Amino acid sequence: MSTKVKKMLFILSKATIENAYAAFVMANGARMEGIESEIFFTFFGLEAIQKKKLEHLHVATVGNPGMHIPTMLGGLPGVEALATKMMKKEMEKLDMPPIGEFLEILSDSGCKLWACKLAVDMFHLKEEDLIDDLDGILTIGDFYSRADQEGTQLLFI
Amino acid sequence: MKKLIANREIDVNEEGYLVDFKQWDREVCECIAGECNVVMTEKHWEVVEYLQDKHHKEEPLSIRGIKKSGVINIKEFYALFPGGPLKKSTLIAGIPKPKSCI
Repeated sequence: MSTKVKKMLFILSKATIENAYAAFVMANGARMEGIESEIFFTFFGLEAIQKKKLEHLHVATVGNPGMHIPTMLGGLPGVEALATKMMKKEMEKLDMPPIGEFLEILSDSGCKLWACKLAVDMFHLKEEDLIDDLDGILTIGDFYSRADQEGTQLLFI
Repeated sequence: MKKLIANREIDVNEEGYLVDFKQWDREVCECIAGECNVVMTEKHWEVVEYLQDKHHKEEPLSIRGIKKSGVINIKEFYALFPGGPLKKSTLIAGIPKPKSCI
């Protein structure tokens, strides 16, 4: 059975652990199936490609009904850190790489990694603040032009 | 089901993966590789041996494992087995397709 999906374009707009991993697992999974993939990091999604921040992403414990804890408890000091620690431990058991290593794997696998120009300007970031494996800084128009073939899908996370 | 590979009847599953590793040999391997448009080189054999070794030790295969393997890096791995490297290389190595999402 061969898929009709030829290229996956992801827009990552949030850098909670659960969102970043969703994008990374899908982008890597695409490459593993012989499908092209690219990720466009915008707004808070940029934290996942900032050298100083990428290893310090957190799980969202507030406003996340999937956590099954009362929202007010999720906001207490230390709860987010504890939940993050627990989730990272579970991910390590499944041999899921940390964010930095995952980005290396994606880049080596041929997944293109782009930063959003507007968001980079807004957060006053410089190229040296971002990972070395970054393929460039694009406008949204540039990113749309990456959808250059039949069977391209675009996904907002 | 049976499939004719290298003029022999080989047991495979519906995706073409060998069911019985005992039926695998270099000749069968080269035929499957040919179907995947892969021409086996020294490096390909090295990777195939690494994958089979992992499989026989019942260690799960993943792209992260390839990165740490010391046999090949990820870029080379994609270049050697284009169009889904772990899927193709396990097919060629005569071992089951990895079930992991990573």
